Amino acid sequence: MTAMEQVVNEIDAVAVIARNVNFYYGESQALFDISININPKQITAFIGPSGCGKSTLLRCFNRMNEVILGTRITGDILIRGTDVYKEGTRLETLRKRVGMVFQKSNPFPMTIYDNIAFGPRMRGLKDKAALDEIVERSLKQSDLWQEVKDRLNRSAMELSGGQQQRLCIARTLANEPEIILMDEPASALDPISTSKIEETIQELRNYYTIVIVTHNLQQAARCSDYTAFFYLGRLVEMDTTAKIFQNPSQKRTEDYISGKFG
Amino acid sequence: MPHYNKYFDQELQDLKELVLKLGGMVEEQVSNAIISLTDRNVELARETIKLDHLINKLEVEIDEKCIDILALRQPMGPDLRFVTTAIKIIDNLERMGDMAVNICERVIDIAAEPRLKAYLDIPRMADIAKHMLKGCLDAFVTRNTDLAQKVRLEDDMVDALMSQIFRELLSFMVEDPHTISRATRIMFIAKYIERIADHATNIAEMVIYMVEGRIVRHTDPEAGN
Ligand SMILES: Nc1ncnc2c1ncn2[C@@H]1O[C@H](COP(=O)(O)OP(=O)(O)OP(=O)(O)O)[C@@H](O)[C@H]1O
Ligand SMILES: [Mg+2]
Repeated sequence: MTAMEQVVNEIDAVAVIARNVNFYYGESQALFDISININPKQITAFIGPSGCGKSTLLRCFNRMNEVILGTRITGDILIRGTDVYKEGTRLETLRKRVGMVFQKSNPFPMTIYDNIAFGPRMRGLKDKAALDEIVERSLKQSDLWQEVKDRLNRSAMELSGGQQQRLCIARTLANEPEIILMDEPASALDPISTSKIEETIQELRNYYTIVIVTHNLQQAARCSDYTAFFYLGRLVEMDTTAKIFQNPSQKRTEDYISGKFG
Repeated sequence: MPHYNKYFDQELQDLKELVLKLGGMVEEQVSNAIISLTDRNVELARETIKLDHLINKLEVEIDEKCIDILALRQPMGPDLRFVTTAIKIIDNLERMGDMAVNICERVIDIAAEPRLKAYLDIPRMADIAKHMLKGCLDAFVTRNTDLAQKVRLEDDMVDALMSQIFRELLSFMVEDPHTISRATRIMFIAKYIERIADHATNIAEMVIYMVEGRIVRHTDPEAGN
């Protein structure tokens, strides 16, 4: 293998690479020189105090920040070697590859079926059988199929909060993304719905790269493989989740996970 | 370093004090067991056996406290290591208490018979074991891993004395079979003391884990582990 091939292979082996990323909302800088590798087909949790930049970094991965006026980014973000911010990168393609689930579930005001079929139809898929297949598979993957299979033509707004969130996960899955970004996906849910979402996340782990932002440390501990701790816009450390919660190497991380102030 | 939740700080402090209290009780039991042996004091041996239930009771109480903390506070990082270490430490302390009881039982067994030489190096071995017990408890309170390492090294001396005592007792028994029943009991006592030293070593190793997050059990302290 040539040195160049090796570099290419390494880049390929990482799902997302952020290199020296700085991010600004107008004059105020929210991210400082962040370099991080997200491992493919694993679950990575982002933790850290409110305002430390977790959501901002997550949204950099699929250029969701661009809708906010006056934002600016420097540094590189590569998704499987593709430079996300390179001119000519198509947003639609990017958002299909990098799906997102938000804290507040946001089903479209249409039927359950149409919610899931939305993305594939947007991309021109009309074949009923193919759409049926995608809807069923996505709902099964997000563990919602049993609960809704007899009412696919009812409005998605009739679902409970936890069901709506799993619907949103299914809608993301219908696009067959490589990466799924989740920003506090279970923070508004009861313990049972939370467990279901966590179980869904873990079942998806071998097929998708998942990055989850959570304020619930136990949730990060329960369902992630890697954990990254952020503080005041900087990445303090990233390691296996077991290491971070048992014996982190940075004092700041230790204080945060054990609820101390330093 | 305080926690955001001051009640949690208090609970951890209480837990530490309870472990120390248990440690103090075990130290005293071990001391009295050895005194009852060297002074052939059956009364003290009986008294010591009677007090063992207090150790068992406190051990259970601390165990429950640890489980409460795990369930209700879900400690992380150093706090997690502290609580899981405390659970193991009290288990080892309780076993040391049992060893003290076993020593006292043998003391009562042999009290009626004439003294078998000056119990060889058993008092010396007991002194080292007690020193190790004190050392591992101090290491626990002060989070002193150097001290914990010293305790681990002391264990080698106890092991060496144990095999020396074993050889000497064997030669007694060979020379004069009348000593067999006494000598075997003394052998047991030496073994109990050796076990006490082993438990102290376990605790010292747990202290290293608690402070550094590094598991050193089953590694060689002299190799710098
Ligand atoms: N739309 C915005 N305009 C200006 N500043 C913003 C905007 N969104 C976020 N910020 C600022 O950027 C910083 C990082 O915010 P971000 O939302 O990424 O934090 P977070 O870690 O996700 O916090 P939380 O846990 O509360 O969701 C904060 O100081 C925040 O005030
Ligand atoms: Mg956020």
